[in-house]
Amino acid sequence: MSYQGQFRVWRGDSDGGSLEDFEVEVNEGEVVLDIIHRLQATQAPDLAVRWNCKAGKCGSCSAEVNGRPRLLCMTRMSLFDKDEVITVTPLRTFSIVRDLVVDVSYNYEKAREVQEFTPPKDLAPGEYRMQQEDVQRSQEFRKCIECFLCQTTCHVVRDHEENKLAFSGPRYLIRIAELEMHPLDAADRTDTAQDDHGLGYCNITKCCTEVCPENIKITDNALIPMKERVAGRRYDPVVWLGNKLFKRGK
Amino acid sequence: MTEVERHNYDVVVIGAGGAGLRAAIEARQRGLTTAVICKSLFGKAHTVMAEGGCAASMGNVNSNDSWQVHYRDTMRGGKFLNNWRMAELHAKEAPDRVWELETYGALFDRTEDGRISQRNFGGHTYPRLAHVGDRTGLELIRTMQQKIVSLQQEDKAEFGDYEAKLKVFQECTVTELLKDDSGAISGAFGYWRESGRFVLFETGAVVMATGGIGKSFQVTSNSWEYTGDGHALAMRAGASLINMEFVQFHPTGMVWPPSVKGILVTEGVRGDGGVLKNSEGKRFMFDYVPDVFKGQYAETEEEADRWYTDPDNNRRTPDLLPRDEVARAINTEVKEGRGSPHGGVYLDIASRMPAEEIKRRLPSMYHQFKELADVDITAEPMEVGPTCHYVMGGIEVDPDTGESTVQGLFAAGECSGGMHGSNRLGGNSLSDLLVFGRRAGLGAANYVESLERKPVVLQSDVDSAARSALSPFEPSDGEATRENPYTLQHELQQTMNDLVGIIRTADEIERALGRLAEIRARVRNVVVEGHRQFNPGWHLAVDLRNMMVVSEAVAKAALLRTESRGGHTRDDFPMLDSDWRNRLLVCRASGEDQVVPDVTVEPKDQVPMRQDLLELFELSELEKYYTEAELTTHPAAQGDTA
Amino acid sequence: MTSTETGVHAPPRPRLPVPSLRTDRWWLPPLLTVVGLSIFVIYATFRAFQQNYYWVEDYHYLTPFYSPCMSNGCLENAAHFGRFLPDHPLIPYAALSLPLLLLFRLTCYYYRKAYYRSFWLSPPACAVPEPHTRYTGETRLPLILQNVHRYFFYAAVIISVINTYDAILAFHSPDGGFGLGLGNIILVANVVLLWCYTLSCHSCRHVTGGRLKHFSKHPVRYWVWTKVSLLNTRHMEFAWITIGTLILTDLYVFLVASGAIADPRIIG
Repeated sequence: MSYQGQFRVWRGDSDGGSLEDFEVEVNEGEVVLDIIHRLQATQAPDLAVRWNCKAGKCGSCSAEVNGRPRLLCMTRMSLFDKDEVITVTPLRTFSIVRDLVVDVSYNYEKAREVQEFTPPKDLAPGEYRMQQEDVQRSQEFRKCIECFLCQTTCHVVRDHEENKLAFSGPRYLIRIAELEMHPLDAADRTDTAQDDHGLGYCNITKCCTEVCPENIKITDNALIPMKERVAGRRYDPVVWLGNKLFKRGK
Repeated sequence: MTEVERHNYDVVVIGAGGAGLRAAIEARQRGLTTAVICKSLFGKAHTVMAEGGCAASMGNVNSNDSWQVHYRDTMRGGKFLNNWRMAELHAKEAPDRVWELETYGALFDRTEDGRISQRNFGGHTYPRLAHVGDRTGLELIRTMQQKIVSLQQEDKAEFGDYEAKLKVFQECTVTELLKDDSGAISGAFGYWRESGRFVLFETGAVVMATGGIGKSFQVTSNSWEYTGDGHALAMRAGASLINMEFVQFHPTGMVWPPSVKGILVTEGVRGDGGVLKNSEGKRFMFDYVPDVFKGQYAETEEEADRWYTDPDNNRRTPDLLPRDEVARAINTEVKEGRGSPHGGVYLDIASRMPAEEIKRRLPSMYHQFKELADVDITAEPMEVGPTCHYVMGGIEVDPDTGESTVQGLFAAGECSGGMHGSNRLGGNSLSDLLVFGRRAGLGAANYVESLERKPVVLQSDVDSAARSALSPFEPSDGEATRENPYTLQHELQQTMNDLVGIIRTADEIERALGRLAEIRARVRNVVVEGHRQFNPGWHLAVDLRNMMVVSEAVAKAALLRTESRGGHTRDDFPMLDSDWRNRLLVCRASGEDQVVPDVTVEPKDQVPMRQDLLELFELSELEKYYTEAELTTHPAAQGDTA
Repeated sequence: MTSTETGVHAPPRPRLPVPSLRTDRWWLPPLLTVVGLSIFVIYATFRAFQQNYYWVEDYHYLTPFYSPCMSNGCLENAAHFGRFLPDHPLIPYAALSLPLLLLFRLTCYYYRKAYYRSFWLSPPACAVPEPHTRYTGETRLPLILQNVHRYFFYAAVIISVINTYDAILAFHSPDGGFGLGLGNIILVANVVLLWCYTLSCHSCRHVTGGRLKHFSKHPVRYWVWTKVSLLNTRHMEFAWITIGTLILTDLYVFLVASGAIADPRIIG
């Protein structure tokens, strides 16, 4: 049942680093995070890694396994052949801190730029009435555990450091979609999605959806609907003409 | 002199789970500058693991519900050892706190008429838990995280800086509370996990919201953060802890594969129709209804099954007894050889409802078993067993303000004690966080505003805190064996799990205390490799001291309480003892060692329940818990004598 | 490949020796996409300009590549909506519908993903670096024009109606009465799948109900939206299936019209 697995783990910091080889015991039913913990306890006590719940609920242990962004706690060892060398590296879209830990402050900065829920003025606490069918679209996006795998895999910022300024990433675009679809949110989010958060950078190549551990349909249910709303507002010639002729809109 | 980054705040909240964030929101809304410090990233706190829901008697699903019913359920669940004032405040204020979350943007599941839906849960008379599928904790933490950002956006608009009045210090560990000459809190000392650099918060008030101690046990649903930091820091600062012997073992944790052993399986599975079965396929919970609950639970499977659709005319299934009862029952079944192959029992929902329904109601459970155990819960039963989940004990606080016995130190949430008595009901934790998080934030704000001058931090305290934090890098004694923190942690967890676990005896607890003493001696010789920058070995070495202190508190209190009640089961004293009901065990730090102090435990009597609250119960029920002398003021008792 | 200064090699990021550590065959899906789309484009171009073998007079089979047939060069019976376009070798007989259908697919959210990934390698696969030093996505011309997708959707609906009409007219026997052959089954299947592709469009999902904030106030549109959403999860499948059925249907009509094969008849 147990076997010796071959691992290559990146160790280093902002001054540089390298892939180090380890041979570690692997037991039935284990996940990659178990192996990292075994490494800490036996061979590399100062190996830096973030983790919390170990049940795929907190989104702390994001890293790249064989080059693919994943949660270490949800990547089962049974996925790999026993003689396969498994490479574990830090997320490559953010600045390195140490070993498998990266600086994710980009995400927190972007979070602050999304205007928060704007409550309706005329309703007191306890008076909110919402139908299930009206909340379920936003509820899907609220499943997000903020593991930032979508942020790290999105080529807009992964391959272009300079785009970090203009592009908030899938996580915060679904946050905007969530508020836009919230039945009681009083703010208008269409223009800001395009102008301030870089929705137009998205070329819907769906890597965010592919890596989402919560299986949120980021592209189909949030990004494209938001693009359609922007299209309706900004790029629909009929709507534009109608607004001109009948002086509608703001 | 130590090189230290200094910050000045009116209120410092330690812990960014539900209670910490709610306290911070309240303090900031009172206009005070507030810091939130957390060991993990912002938004990762253990509150995300709460699944089932948040108990509040809104009466949206069953209009018979009221704060009085909730209060009664809470007291019953805690076997009447609860701090009645806390239970009262909790039951009364929970609905407002939940509704408030909606104004922050929370999206709970809805009823037909558009109100917040509520679900059944163990020990709650009516459907009472506001929920979002089975990820309610995530919704709570995210909602409050976003509320904090919203407050920061207001500050940005007003002062040009997001962090002008409210700042989150993430991945920062507090290692010491500092006090001034008069004994009042003056600051908190810690280090940045990322760089290892020291940081000092000068503040008049600290709100402790660090959660629980589950990491002291081997099989636990708790994350690495749950090392009892708040409990230990408060004790070392001179505060008292109560009820530390009461540790809740959640009846349903995963038992296989080994690497996920202990991970929680929500009580919502049973609330929505799942039933427990032993290896013979028998629904064994019908055999385990204790005397105090006789008559309140269904006696046949038919009645139990009818209850899901017709709760007014049937009694609920005993699968939904309070957690301590179910955990003990499972333990007994396994011990008597009727367990599942991996040492648990079966939790079956597959045969109880269609696959689609299961996926809709329990999406993350479906996901969890599929991904981690390769089990399809819509087709086969789950294997489950007890897992250490929650500590009822914690910092002794004033119910209304959350202030501890140390001036300027407040506490809320799991790290405070009293609210849940000897056993917490499922769903009462999230509401506890909201109600008492807010109260502690208010209490701290009022306290700071009442201060004439801000307490001063003594430089000598800062220096000694720094020395103590760095000591694992420097072996003090050349002769002693160098200890590995991971090994010691493992031994500590094993000891607590085996000897102070779900079923306890005096003999085993004494053996545990012996082993703890030995581990304590070795903790001093812990040496870590590498440097201060994000070094998990060092982090563990520091946390280990806290685990050591709280483990001793649990074991010592458990040895003294010679009865079985809620989360404390003594095989050698298997019965509830009315003489113990009113007695709290108070733990305090003592001895010379500043870092891992000794623990002394003393009994103390509770304040008797207020008359109007006492009258909410039938005399016949109270008689199961109270001594006769305590009940003379009950109207029914007076009627007898008149 | 990528300049060493940007992307995953930008200085603050962990310094790894290679652009991607993926060990699987990540290059296979984009390669298959290139092959698949190229076959379709080459075949469709050849057929659109062939101006022959598009109509089976006996059974009234009209290939979708020539529908509606509007050139003066069209056979009289094949032109259901009149003939007015000039007959010229560079103007396809269905010169009104083909560009719209092409643009419908070109701006389709699925095809965009497919060709951005495969032809433009932006990115070739997840977490595999793209070869471009700059990237602005769909923020400026010409790609900002992808936003008019919904107008091509409207056009596609009209053309789908015409294709349906063609398929109904094709239930025809040489004696003028009702007829049924293998060709009918193919034409109908093709039209049904075309509808599936067209109605599963993301723009369709938006205009039927997705744009609403309160589903509960529009129960009918909500119902429609749930059905369209169901289809929408299969949009990619329909995109590929209809490429296949279009080629198959056209090839069948081509072969029957050219006399290479005979249409197996069930009735008439």
